[in-house]
Amino acid sequence: MLIGKKSDIIPSEITPQSVYEDRRQFIKAAGFGLLATAAAGYGLLPGHAWAAAEQRRKLTGYSKTAYGADEKLTPYDDVTSYNNYYEFGTSKSDPAEHSKLFKPTPWSVAIEGEVKNPRTITLEDLLKIAPLEERIYRMRCVEGWSMVIPWIGLPLAQLIKWAEPTANAKFVEFVTLDDSLRMPGARVPILDWPYTEGLRMDEAMNPLTILAAGLYGEVLPNQNGAPLRLVVPWKYGFKGAKAIVKIRFRETMPQTTWVKAGPREYGFYANVNPTVDHPRWTQASERRIGGSVFSPRMKTQMFNGYAEQVAHLYTGMDLRKNF
Amino acid sequence: MLPPNRKQLGLIKAGLFLLALVPLARLIWLGMQDDLGANPIEFIERSTGTWALAILLITLSFTPLRLLTGTAWPVQLRRMAGLFMFFYACLHITTYVWLDHWFDWQEIAKDIVKHPYVLVGFTAFVLSVPLALTSSNAMIKRLRQHWKSLHRLVYLVAIFAVLHFWWLVKKDITEPMLYAMVLAALLSIRLIFSLRKRKGQGV
Repeated sequence: MLIGKKSDIIPSEITPQSVYEDRRQFIKAAGFGLLATAAAGYGLLPGHAWAAAEQRRKLTGYSKTAYGADEKLTPYDDVTSYNNYYEFGTSKSDPAEHSKLFKPTPWSVAIEGEVKNPRTITLEDLLKIAPLEERIYRMRCVEGWSMVIPWIGLPLAQLIKWAEPTANAKFVEFVTLDDSLRMPGARVPILDWPYTEGLRMDEAMNPLTILAAGLYGEVLPNQNGAPLRLVVPWKYGFKGAKAIVKIRFRETMPQTTWVKAGPREYGFYANVNPTVDHPRWTQASERRIGGSVFSPRMKTQMFNGYAEQVAHLYTGMDLRKNF
Repeated sequence: MLPPNRKQLGLIKAGLFLLALVPLARLIWLGMQDDLGANPIEFIERSTGTWALAILLITLSFTPLRLLTGTAWPVQLRRMAGLFMFFYACLHITTYVWLDHWFDWQEIAKDIVKHPYVLVGFTAFVLSVPLALTSSNAMIKRLRQHWKSLHRLVYLVAIFAVLHFWWLVKKDITEPMLYAMVLAALLSIRLIFSLRKRKGQGV
């Protein structure tokens, strides 16, 4: 038996990881700078934004809508410090802490599968497909807490029209970034990376469903899924795939990450439903983030309060089985 | 190492007493600064629960320490540790009943019956009540040989407490697994020594 086989590479020839990472960082930063300059020209980013990716950047050129106008917003600090984004770690504070150096630019999204022309679109072009709108939505996490978030984005339906899916397209699959170099949590096989989500075509086309690129009037923070994430307000938060790199149209229902992780606990539909408990905890009530220690729980609403807009999608379906 | 004399032991106990209050003081301090995070109730529940479990494991480590090293005097700290475990468990369940559910007894009853992680956690708490109530010298005298059998319940409390933690975690079980491993080690040491003792006695 060989003990301690010698490598052909002498140690001095191996590039230290830090230098290697620095180079990558430099290359990325350079690319980011160019792109930011271009984006600034489009009025997407202020000119100085490229100086520091983690800096908060204003988003301009979006219109306000009536969605959620009467809701009390969850404070910005809570929305951006209490996140589930396992690619950056499993504790709620990890995403904000570990995504500081993440640079979500340049970015492009591959449109694949059952479409007329599979192609790749840059984020800048994607955000020009339709005017950006602000949508104030409730977000209910499967864990039993909720927020009210002023997203900025465009209706997914607009992108789908642009993508021209074929008649075979029955589902849309969202594949997200899996880059263990930039996402420390993705080095741990806690979930089956890349994080993948999916919607039925009619769910994807519903006017409530958006692709968000911002919140609170600013470019989407890294910990919230920069640069592009899905928001489906009548479903549990985990349906909202973050850092989307591929949108794939399919004839068959896609396997999604949480269904793979726990098929008894998480379903493909994942509609907010106070009458169907998580096997381990209640879904009847929720804690609204942003309250004090003396704020009581609130009753969870069917379809997170969006029944009027989406209940018809599920007529005749047993929502206990299709949880 | 020489065992501490009466005075030294008193000092050690006083020191530990203050140390055991640090987690509570921290919560109060953070609460006053409005620094308990986005979900303060979850923070308090997590913190008090974690400390109750950690102190329980400390409570269970005095005997293995004696078995392994022969150092017996720390066993004198065990009652205080056990009572602090109960203290944090009380804070934990008070947070749950009061802040989290606002004395909605019907909801709480449903939660306990329907959800195994709540059930085992609640059971662990209920089982620890008689242990706390019978912790005085007078009760030890009164219960005599029954006291020891009664207090063996602590092993069940510990197992249920670890299960409670394990079952409530969504996916990343690293932390509960750590506690489970420590508990398994502590219980194994006892088991090995008691088996050896029996063998030695030729039973």
